[in-house]
Amino acid sequence: MDTLHRGLKQANLKRSPGLWAGFAIPGTVWLIALFVIPFYAVACIAFGTIDPIFRDAVPQWNPLAWNFAQAQEIFTSLITGPLRGVAVRTVIYVVCALSLCFLFGFPIAYFLARHAGKRKLLLLVLIIVPFWVNYLMRMLAWVNLLSVDGLFTRFMRNFGVNYNWLDGSPITVILGLVYGYIPFLILPLYATLERLDWRLVDAARDLGANSRQAFRMVTLPLSKAGMVAAGILIALPMFGDYYTNDLLSRSPSTEMIGNQIDFFLNASTEPQKGALLVLALSMFLLLFMSFYLRSTRQQSRQVTR
Amino acid sequence: MIITTNRRNSPLKFLIWGYIIWSLVPVVIAVVFSFNDGRSRTVWQGFSLRWWFTDPNASVFQNAEMRNAIVNSLVLAFSTIVLVTPLGIALAIGAQRIRGRSANFVQGLTSTPLITPEIVVGAALLLTFTRLFTAVPLGFVAQLLGNVTFSLASVVVIVRARLVSIGSSFEEAARDLGASRWQAMRFVLVPMLWPSVMASLVVVFATVIDDFVITSFLSAGVSSETVPLRIYSSVRGGASPALNALATLLVLTSFTVLIIGLFGLSAWRKKHGERGGLKAALADVTQIEG
Repeated sequence: MDTLHRGLKQANLKRSPGLWAGFAIPGTVWLIALFVIPFYAVACIAFGTIDPIFRDAVPQWNPLAWNFAQAQEIFTSLITGPLRGVAVRTVIYVVCALSLCFLFGFPIAYFLARHAGKRKLLLLVLIIVPFWVNYLMRMLAWVNLLSVDGLFTRFMRNFGVNYNWLDGSPITVILGLVYGYIPFLILPLYATLERLDWRLVDAARDLGANSRQAFRMVTLPLSKAGMVAAGILIALPMFGDYYTNDLLSRSPSTEMIGNQIDFFLNASTEPQKGALLVLALSMFLLLFMSFYLRSTRQQSRQVTR
Repeated sequence: MIITTNRRNSPLKFLIWGYIIWSLVPVVIAVVFSFNDGRSRTVWQGFSLRWWFTDPNASVFQNAEMRNAIVNSLVLAFSTIVLVTPLGIALAIGAQRIRGRSANFVQGLTSTPLITPEIVVGAALLLTFTRLFTAVPLGFVAQLLGNVTFSLASVVVIVRARLVSIGSSFEEAARDLGASRWQAMRFVLVPMLWPSVMASLVVVFATVIDDFVITSFLSAGVSSETVPLRIYSSVRGGASPALNALATLLVLTSFTVLIIGLFGLSAWRKKHGERGGLKAALADVTQIEG
């Protein structure tokens, strides 16, 4: 009976592929026109030529005629040349910020999922609030606190700390990234831990594991996939961040790759370099993105099964 | 056996409250300073409403540039909603029901924008609108197209989650009772999608009104300056507390929309006998089960 029903169900859904495709077409066409083609345009500009008179980028729409001279120059610059500092700094900042986010975010998500008790809804709401506070407002709040006569700067002066927070300080930029992105880590981590089958942890305890062993051998392996996905989810925008840096530092000494892209595309006459950096960044992030998409697809497949 | 010892959890409790204070207090201070009587955003000089209402040139509601930014933000948010909601709902239904290779393609295509860094999308669209689709002028139209592209994926995710939880049995029952495919959809499926539509409206509104990167890359100067762009360009200058007031207004707007949405959602659930109330409504909006 059950198989019969399932068979009917599948037949019912399969019978009208045209109708469902019709529903998907407008959105798909939109995304091809304004998401896929723009990437092609970026490549055509990156591998195009430069107008000898106006010094402007001339896109090369034919992939067979792409010119890779500029690309070679930029990639050399990223690996050994002047852009190397920016590339290395971007990775260091993101790794530092990500580690700090996990260091504080994981215990918070763990507590929320496991021990929050009666106050759970209240805590959850308070943790979701920053999600809905505009990012620039949150940065503005820190700019006010950290400026020369800001509350925090004055407070720290009482302890003899006289630091210029907003003038090219890597500490401020990294903490700014942590402040900006940690809410987006805590929530997915919480969701992972919430879904976890805690009976397994209790079983480990009953079988003689101490709490540390149970954590290391049961909790951690079970939540690993979710942790990696959550980490990627905030690492991706961090790698492309330029506004946090721009608002909290504004100094060339803390510039990240995003700042260079912003500069070349919005403030210089060399958009081709900007296009090349966008390509380089996308290639680098593609690795993380495909990993993320694969792991979430596996998860959703497990759920529907 | 469930082990809960309060003693062991107290450092965690301390951490979570510390975190909440750290994440919220700076914002609260920024809000408070919008009521400062002096020009400073950092030194308190008494309470006043001058930066909100009374100052004839500089207050949020009377300063021409700030009003322009507020209007631009609202127009952009509502226009995006009008375009992206039908597009997203249709795409979610279609993507969930087509099969085979094209299904994988559509699925990949809809989930990629969600995780692509905004700067990449913004840069790609800027280059596209200035070199390829040159009929699209930078400014409002480009910003609208960019925001629709970027928020389309979130509508699809929300509506799709609802489609999965509804399943196909209700529609099949309607078909068994003689409804045409179109009627089953119109009178059974679509009404059941309502909570996800409401959640999408809230999420898209909040995303667009807060958006900085794409809107900034695709702007054409003052004529298309939105509130986040205004904040960005004046934070490090000597702006008055009216800037704090403007940022507060932005936060208040998205909170109002969120709260209306949450209560609307939980009322809908109650009326239609679905479990969960406010908590489920929160899950609808954040896509996190709690």
